[in-house]
Amino acid sequence: MGGGRLAKFTIPEEEYMNSGHVGCLGCGACHAMRYTLKALGPRTIMSIPACCWAVMPGVFPLKCLEIPLLNTAFETTGASISGIRAALDAKGIEDVTVVGFAGDGGTADIGIQALSGMVERGTDVMYIMYDNEAYMNTGIQRSSSTPIGAWTTTTPVGTTRDWKKMPKKNMIEIMVAHKIPYTASISVGYPEDMIKKLRKAKEIRGPKFIQIYAPCPTGWRMAPELTIEVCREAVACAAYPLYEVENGVYKITRKPKELKPVKDYMAMQGRFRHLPQEELDDIQRKVTQEWEILLKKEEFTQSLVSE
Amino acid sequence: MKIMMTGNYASAYGAMAAKAEVVAAYPITPQTSIVEKIATLVSSGEMKCQYVKVESEHSAMAACISASQTGARAYTASSAHGLTLMHELLIWASGARTPVVMSNVNRAMGPPWSVWADQHDTMAQRDTGWMQVYCDSNQEVLDSIIMAYKVGERADIMLPSMIIEDAFILSHTMEPVDYPDPELVEGYLPSFDPRFRLDVDEPYGFGSLVMPNWYMEFRFKINEAMEKTRGAILEAEKEFEETFGRSYGGLMDFYKCEDADAVLVLAGTVASTAKHVADKLRSDGKKVGVARLRCFRPFPYDEVRQLAKMTNIIGVCDRSYTFGHWGPMATEVKGALYGLADVPTVKNYIMGLGGKDLTPEVLEKVFVKTLQLKDTGLDTEIEWIGVTGHGGW
Ligand SMILES: Cc1ncc(C[n+]2csc(CCOP(=O)(O)OP(=O)(O)O)c2C)c(N)n1
Ligand code: SF4
Repeated sequence: MGGGRLAKFTIPEEEYMNSGHVGCLGCGACHAMRYTLKALGPRTIMSIPACCWAVMPGVFPLKCLEIPLLNTAFETTGASISGIRAALDAKGIEDVTVVGFAGDGGTADIGIQALSGMVERGTDVMYIMYDNEAYMNTGIQRSSSTPIGAWTTTTPVGTTRDWKKMPKKNMIEIMVAHKIPYTASISVGYPEDMIKKLRKAKEIRGPKFIQIYAPCPTGWRMAPELTIEVCREAVACAAYPLYEVENGVYKITRKPKELKPVKDYMAMQGRFRHLPQEELDDIQRKVTQEWEILLKKEEFTQSLVSE
Repeated sequence: MKIMMTGNYASAYGAMAAKAEVVAAYPITPQTSIVEKIATLVSSGEMKCQYVKVESEHSAMAACISASQTGARAYTASSAHGLTLMHELLIWASGARTPVVMSNVNRAMGPPWSVWADQHDTMAQRDTGWMQVYCDSNQEVLDSIIMAYKVGERADIMLPSMIIEDAFILSHTMEPVDYPDPELVEGYLPSFDPRFRLDVDEPYGFGSLVMPNWYMEFRFKINEAMEKTRGAILEAEKEFEETFGRSYGGLMDFYKCEDADAVLVLAGTVASTAKHVADKLRSDGKKVGVARLRCFRPFPYDEVRQLAKMTNIIGVCDRSYTFGHWGPMATEVKGALYGLADVPTVKNYIMGLGGKDLTPEVLEKVFVKTLQLKDTGLDTEIEWIGVTGHGGW
């Protein structure tokens, strides 16, 4: 072995996602699934509602995922995984991870009721929202998870400057308000962090909510080779901070020493191209403020546990 | 063991007798005492199941479907607005081939709000791929739940069923009901063991996107299965009778129809009232009969055609409606008769909506009206019973 330091390989080599998915080139949601399955392993049952991932496993009779896979109606993921968990409990099967894998629209909009119910009941399941920040499957319509300023086909800018005017809905905070045991944001640009948090979540009993930043080159009007780079930029400017909240205690897992300007991140994506300077300045103010609030939350909640 | 119980308790006891493994349900008047009773049975340890207290009927059905696809026997109960909220998932349940059983308490749809008996909620689910059994006694409610699992879980069927009771008239009325011997039930209804389920050792996918060449194949197979339910329901009932000594008349229960001048076709508790009135009219020399439609899906075509051989006049009493057309049962009855050489006169009555009382007097009037058609011929195809047209003020 010698005395040299060996880099510890934290990403499992096993693959549970085979070739043959039908997603677009550079699809972040694709990485989201691949690393999720690597982290959770083959004793996983997954329920997927209508979203890009309802199509991506392949058209019948093909299927590129090596786990039992249930398609469920768009707004039902939280209820569907509740049903699977209940059935496994009825059969005394405990060593299986039940996962809901849904887009941001299926989660933050139409499926939020079923999700809220599932979490409130304390169901022992993992709910994963892969966040491509719009309804992509149906052709890039705005969702409540679309960031402020973005162009989508239902916020088409036009001559009336009709871009997304409201800020992105914060699902992690909504989960914290449910007193969820564990919730975290992760990003396909940081696979080690993904594996770590997903594995941690797997070991926790009760509901878990994981939000995955999953760039969508098609919908974000961005070159497919920028997928990973945009992930890094999103974290560097704190437009998409990576953190976890365990029993109410915040921990920011990537803390840039100095935040990069948000406009550089936005400039990578065609969906923000139309924004005038004053709007960019306003978005910068909001992002900085959110980041400072998050730092304070971390500081405050950490101080509670260390006392 | 005979217990005094309401129709709703009979539903809860039916789910317990059938050993439902997962129950996911949401309260709505007049179904509430079903979910309450199940909660009580679970908390007393009498009923062993996973009871998921979902936040809506929509989630109730989604959870039941997913539980069923994981290999568990699933049960829910609902009514009216809860049932119609489920509509998307009712179609999903049959598409996914899940033999979920649901009790539905027939209640009118708002607006205006009404909590009373009316069959519109279930009739509006005609095309969802569910078997529908309309009951007219609490015993029938309990027994039909057990039979529904027996039929639905057959490997060549795998389809869901609704067991239906009229709001209040059954749901809240006590009758002595025999709670069947668990050992006999176990012999009659083996545990649910579907060939395909969500299983990490056999990782199948369910419900993925299919191209047009495949989609129709799946739908064709569902229809094939639904066609088979006709025979399966009769077989299951025969075996039930042999085991428990009770039966309910298959898909259509004929009462004094053989030599009748006129027969009323009805579903639900009003059929009992009609039978009572038929007895009275017969003692006055008026030859009338009652055909109680037990199953709306699968539809009893053969039985309706048989009925056409027994009588020349049929009055179809719909406790529901299809605006701009005949009532749902009348539509189906007429459809079944098409092409016969001797087609009876068929008149449709819309009655009893929103709990409007269907007393023996009302039924007697309807019988008499129907008998009169013998002399007058068909006066009108459809008649709303008991309405003035101006609200009566
Ligand atoms: C009840 C219902 N309404 C609408 C749709 C159409 N629909 C399918 S996928 C989708 C958008 C999905 O967006 P999201 O959840 O963000 O996932 P993505 O497609 O972006 O991966 C919509 C609107 C549907 N399937 N069901
Ligand atoms: S539209 Fe976006 S999320 Fe969907 S497959 Fe393409 S890149 Fe992936």
